[in-house]
Amino acid sequence: MDAARVRRRGALWTLTTFAHVVPFVAAGVVLLVVQPLAVAVSLASFAHAWIIPMLYAARGANVLRPKRRADADAGAAATAVGLLGDLVDHRTRDLYAQTGLVVERGALGAWAVGEAGAVLLTARGRRATCFCVRVDDPDLPPADRTAHLLLALRADEVGFATVANMAFSGARWRIARRLPAEMRPALTAAAALDRVYDTAS
Amino acid sequence: MSRLVRMDRTGHTTLAEWNVGDAEAIDAAVTAFRGELDRGYFAMVSTGPGHAEQVKELPVDADLVILRLPISGG
Repeated sequence: MDAARVRRRGALWTLTTFAHVVPFVAAGVVLLVVQPLAVAVSLASFAHAWIIPMLYAARGANVLRPKRRADADAGAAATAVGLLGDLVDHRTRDLYAQTGLVVERGALGAWAVGEAGAVLLTARGRRATCFCVRVDDPDLPPADRTAHLLLALRADEVGFATVANMAFSGARWRIARRLPAEMRPALTAAAALDRVYDTAS
Repeated sequence: MSRLVRMDRTGHTTLAEWNVGDAEAIDAAVTAFRGELDRGYFAMVSTGPGHAEQVKELPVDADLVILRLPISGG
């Protein structure tokens, strides 16, 4: 998975979204014109055109959402946060404390890394590509999960993106609006980081 | 003082600590290192801001060597 492949898959994803939306919108319009009394069916068709892309975006946002565990050990969680803090700078550490996400600049773009996946920001921070990836140990504290993904990303970014499952690719705002408000600043920071890099290169 | 740590359910566990001149501590660290690699862990060393490297032998001069599990697509 290199930058060109990420772009191609993103374009394909957008095309697929259009292929889902256009037939439902067209069917709704045609039905409304041909038989205005079938307005309820037209509205159902429009609803499908709206809901399907929304579900895809929600699936993308889910890669960053924290996973709740009933038996979370607060001491272990704090220890894990300490180790993760050693791996990043002050600014990133503060942002992690606020959002639960680590923002990292890579060769493919800027990343927001969570405990069960990561979002790659490209195209000057406008496109978000969501990757679902995990560590096979259910007992790890959240910060350790994030540290696993961060170290894997730093060691081999292309390998990371290849191993991970792409869950969504589309406009950043579509992901941001489905994230908890406290997580959104990380996505904004990652987009800003991508813009800075894009301008510099 | 260099450290070999493993990320696990406790947050992390320090498996070995050594100084460059302490052969006995280094031997113990190498033994612990190989044992964890045999258990399926990957060893990572930071190589600068935003960069890390996977190592197969214990880098004795590294400040911190972190052991992590493999990742897979979710």
